[in-house]
Formats: sequence, C-alpha cells, structure tokens
Amino acid sequence: MEPILKARGLVKRYGKVTALNHADFDLYPGEILAVIGDNGAGKSSMIKAVSGATIPDEGTVWLDGKEVNFRSPIEARDVGIETVYQQLAMSPALSIADNMFMGRELRKPGLMGTLFRQLDKAAMEKFARDKLNELGLATIQNINQAVESLSGGQRQGVAVARAAAFGSKVVILDEPTAALGVKESRKVLELIQDVRSRGIPIILISHNMPHVFEIADRIHVHRLGSRLCVIDPKEHSMSDAVAYMTGAAEPDRAA
Amino acid sequence: MSPSDNYESAATTGDTKVAEFEDMRQGFVGRIQHTLHQTPSLVPLIVLVFSIALFGILLGSRFFSPFALTLILQQVQIVGVLAAAQTLIILTAGIDLSVGAIAVLCTVVMGKASFTYGIPPAISVAIGLVVGTTLGAISGWLVSRMKLPPFIVTLGMWQIVLAATYLYSQNETIRSQDIEAEASFLQFLGFKIQFGGATFTLGVIVMILLFVVLAYALRSTAWGRHVYAVGDDPEAAELSGVDVHKTYMSVYMAAGFICALAGWVMIGRFGSISPSATTGVIGNIQAITAVVIGGISLFGGRGSIAGALFGALIVGVFELGLRMAGADPQWTFMLIGLLIIGAVAVDQWIRKVSA
Repeated sequence: MEPILKARGLVKRYGKVTALNHADFDLYPGEILAVIGDNGAGKSSMIKAVSGATIPDEGTVWLDGKEVNFRSPIEARDVGIETVYQQLAMSPALSIADNMFMGRELRKPGLMGTLFRQLDKAAMEKFARDKLNELGLATIQNINQAVESLSGGQRQGVAVARAAAFGSKVVILDEPTAALGVKESRKVLELIQDVRSRGIPIILISHNMPHVFEIADRIHVHRLGSRLCVIDPKEHSMSDAVAYMTGAAEPDRAA
Repeated sequence: MSPSDNYESAATTGDTKVAEFEDMRQGFVGRIQHTLHQTPSLVPLIVLVFSIALFGILLGSRFFSPFALTLILQQVQIVGVLAAAQTLIILTAGIDLSVGAIAVLCTVVMGKASFTYGIPPAISVAIGLVVGTTLGAISGWLVSRMKLPPFIVTLGMWQIVLAATYLYSQNETIRSQDIEAEASFLQFLGFKIQFGGATFTLGVIVMILLFVVLAYALRSTAWGRHVYAVGDDPEAAELSGVDVHKTYMSVYMAAGFICALAGWVMIGRFGSISPSATTGVIGNIQAITAVVIGGISLFGGRGSIAGALFGALIVGVFELGLRMAGADPQWTFMLIGLLIIGAVAVDQWIRKVSA
C-alpha cells in the first residue's frame, strides 16, 4: 500500500541545533499513527515540516504520491491537512465560531457577500454548534463566547473539532491530551477514533503511553532527530517503547 | 468500549453543573464586567454622555446647543480621522507614531502638486492619498517582513516624514486665499452644511462615514476577524490559517491612506497648507490618546473602533467645555491624563474576565 503522507530525509536546523536529522516518515491510509519520543527528539519539528508550519532545510514530502512543498500552514490546509498544534493556535479574544472558521470564513450569499463581503455569522454559528454537538461538546453553552473563557479541556475540544470538521486528507494532533483531565482525555480519544472511522488517517503525537497503545495502529519511535523504528503496539509492550525512545534498548530493525 | 460510554455520560452531567456554578458566581459586578468585556466601547460612551451632561448643566444652553456640539465635531475631525488609522494599527498590537506627520506631508503633496506642477486639484488629492498609502505600505513591510517593532519603525518614519515635509516644501505655507482662488477642490471637505444652529462640514461627515465603514469591516468581514486574530496572537493566527503578512500590509496601507485623508480634512479645516502644522508633531499623541480613552487595548486584538471616536469626542468635549467655563487650559490636560490612566485601568479589569 502506498503511504498517503510520506517524507524522506527531512533536515531542519535552528542555528547550531539540529532538530531533524534525515528523518523519514510514513502515514498509511485509514490508520492512527502515533509518534513518540523523548523531549527534544524532534517530534514537533517533524510534524511542523509536514504540515507547513516550518520549511525543512532538506528533504522531500509526498502527499498521495505527489511531491508537495508547503510554504505555510495555509497551503497544507488547502490540500486537506489539518493540524492541532500543542499551543492550540486559537485567538483567545475571538468567539468559538470565529476561531473554527478562521481563514475560511463563510460569506453571505448574494450581493451582501460578494460586494460587501459580509460574513454569514448565522451559518458559521450553526455549523460550529452542530460540530461541537456531534463531538459531544454540548456543554459549551454559547457558541459566541470567547475562547479564553473556556476551560483547557473545552478549548482542546474546539481545536480537535475544528480539525475533524475540515481535515479531508490527514489530521495531525500534537499532544492533544497533555493538558486534559481523565474524562476530557477520554473524550478526545473517542474523537480521534471517530475521525478514523470516517476514513481519515491521524497522526498522534503523545507522551501518554496507555493512550498511544490503546488507539494507535502503528507507533513511530523518534529519537535524536530521526525515525528510530516503527513498532506494532500488539507485539511490543509499553516498556519496550520507552526503552527504544530513551535509548535504553536497541530495536531489531525488522519491525 | 463500555468504559468509554460510562465516561461520556459522566462528563455530560458533570460539566453542566460547573457551567451553572460559574453563572451564579458572577453576580452583579461580574455581569457588568462581562458586559464591558463583550462591548468594550460602552465605557467611553458612558463617559462621553456624562461629560456632555455635566458641561450642559454647568454651562447651560451656551454649551448644550446645536452650534457648540457641532463645533466639537469640527474641532475633533482631524484627530478623529487620525484615531481611526491609529485604531487599526493598535488592534494589531502595534503603535503608529507617524500618523500626524504623514497627514501633514500629504497636505503639502496635495498643495505642491496643484500649485508647483499645475496638476488639477482632484488628481492632486488622489496623488496625496497614494503617497499616504505608500508610506503605510513601507512601514507595514518593515513590520511584517523585517520583523521590526512598530514603535521603532514609526518613530523613524515620523522623523523622516517630518523632515521630508520641511525639505520638500522649503517651509513655505500656501495661503488660504490662493487655494480658494486656484484650487478650491483642496478645501472641499471644509464645505459647511447648516441646518438650525448645527453646522456640519463635509470633513465631519467623512469622519463619521469612515468610522461606520471601518466598524462594519472590522465586525462583519473576514478581514476584520483577521485583524483581531493577528493582534491577539500572530503566531496562532498564522497556524490557524490567516495570511498574517497580508493582514499587516492591508492594515498599514489602510492606515496610511486614512492619514492622507486626514490631510485632506486638514486643508478643509484650516484653509491653508502649512508644513509646520502642529498635527505633524502632536497628532500621533492626540490619536493615541483618543484610542486609549476609547478603551482599545494597547496589547492588541481587543476593543471596538467606535471607542476611538468616543475617545476623540471626550477630549473635544473637555477642551471646549473647560474653555467656555473659563478654566486654565492646563486643567484639560490634567483631566485627559486622568482619563488615560483610568481607561487603561478599566481595560485591565475587563481582561480579568478571561482569567
């Protein structure tokens, strides 16, 4: 099977720091691929390189077998790659609906939309509310409330809902459960499985081994700026994975 | 899957309770805080209404007359237009020290084009507007692409534009009579419309229209949402799909254009064109004052443009009211100083609603 998103030889340097050292990456259709690695292993840098948030110094990325060179997250988004970043990427003072539609606002039909470029706030609010309800985030009372007035879990829910609603090719989640409580984490995991059941592959970066082993189909172990190995969660234990990512054990390359 | 089902039901009931609790905790002060958080321009509007009422009571019909109230509008039209430009920049978490200087340069450009080069006045005005927009574009590019702080860029731009104004005009004033005789279109915005005791100049109407258009654009278009998002957190805006560079450029160019428009309003107001007009030196501070009193956050991304108009009017009301009352003009500045600090204190208080 051909990977839907593939990268080879990615290199990214920040001054003297090498964040990515000839990293490879493969994501297959319909799967949940977990990316694990120690702090500073370059997980986020790799994800940013395939989602357009940073431009790699070297290396190539293919989407659906076609080479892509994203120069901004907007370009990646336009071809259907949605990312939930660790820092959430939301504008705190704006409303949930505004944030969900940031950069792809709906305009009113007819003259008001084309000539006066008026936003169709009602349609955007309805869509946002439907999406949040769909994903079980009905506890958000007012779709017009500012994102800054939401709890951490609710914000995360909105961010995931945004990605799930618009991601048509790939959804990337960078530490989606890091700031969440037990119940909210569970909700996000359900969201992730929900997105996969619609046939959209997911990249999940996480430090939480139980979560990773519960939902991932394959686990990409990142170490010192490149891919160390890819393991099958059914054939390896959590301690194996931790040993690989910290360098305590060497994987046999066969997996 | 059964444990996750349990979690789901547990989460719904739990969260609803929390939401109810938050509502109760707010109380009366909380509700005021919340309302102000939603409509930040309410504070300056209240202050404006109160100050008009105060001077109305103190000075009677001398102040509370169509003539005096529309006189305030005429006196604040230049600062009002500059404040509109300043608002756009401040909403993106920037600051523009060059607004007044650009306005004065544009008056000189319009005058020079008509008188030295013999260009028809309507085209001279257009040239002035293009010059203002271009200067805005240069500042915008330096801020967006070179990542220079807006304070530094516009501090430099202010000095450069002021000096350029003097050098280019050789410090020559163009007299009002000459403009009236040869290029009266330059004074077009000074045209007066009277009904009853009220006097509106076209400049005043342009100012009000400008605020209406900008308020619409900021509230109801994608561009406006992007301006707020960029002012809030440019990195987050970029990641969530806003073309940050385009937003900065459009904001700085629009501000430059509006400054040039302020220049045209100036010619209408003063009649003459003078490179040493005080607007070039203090216009920036006046505009920032109006914006700050108007409740627009200097940290960007918060506040509504109507506030800037109210802010400019508050200053105008105090200036005229205190002058009519025969007070030392220094009292005006002292009160404005208090208002600035008060406005920022209120802004900080409103922000706490987010914590």
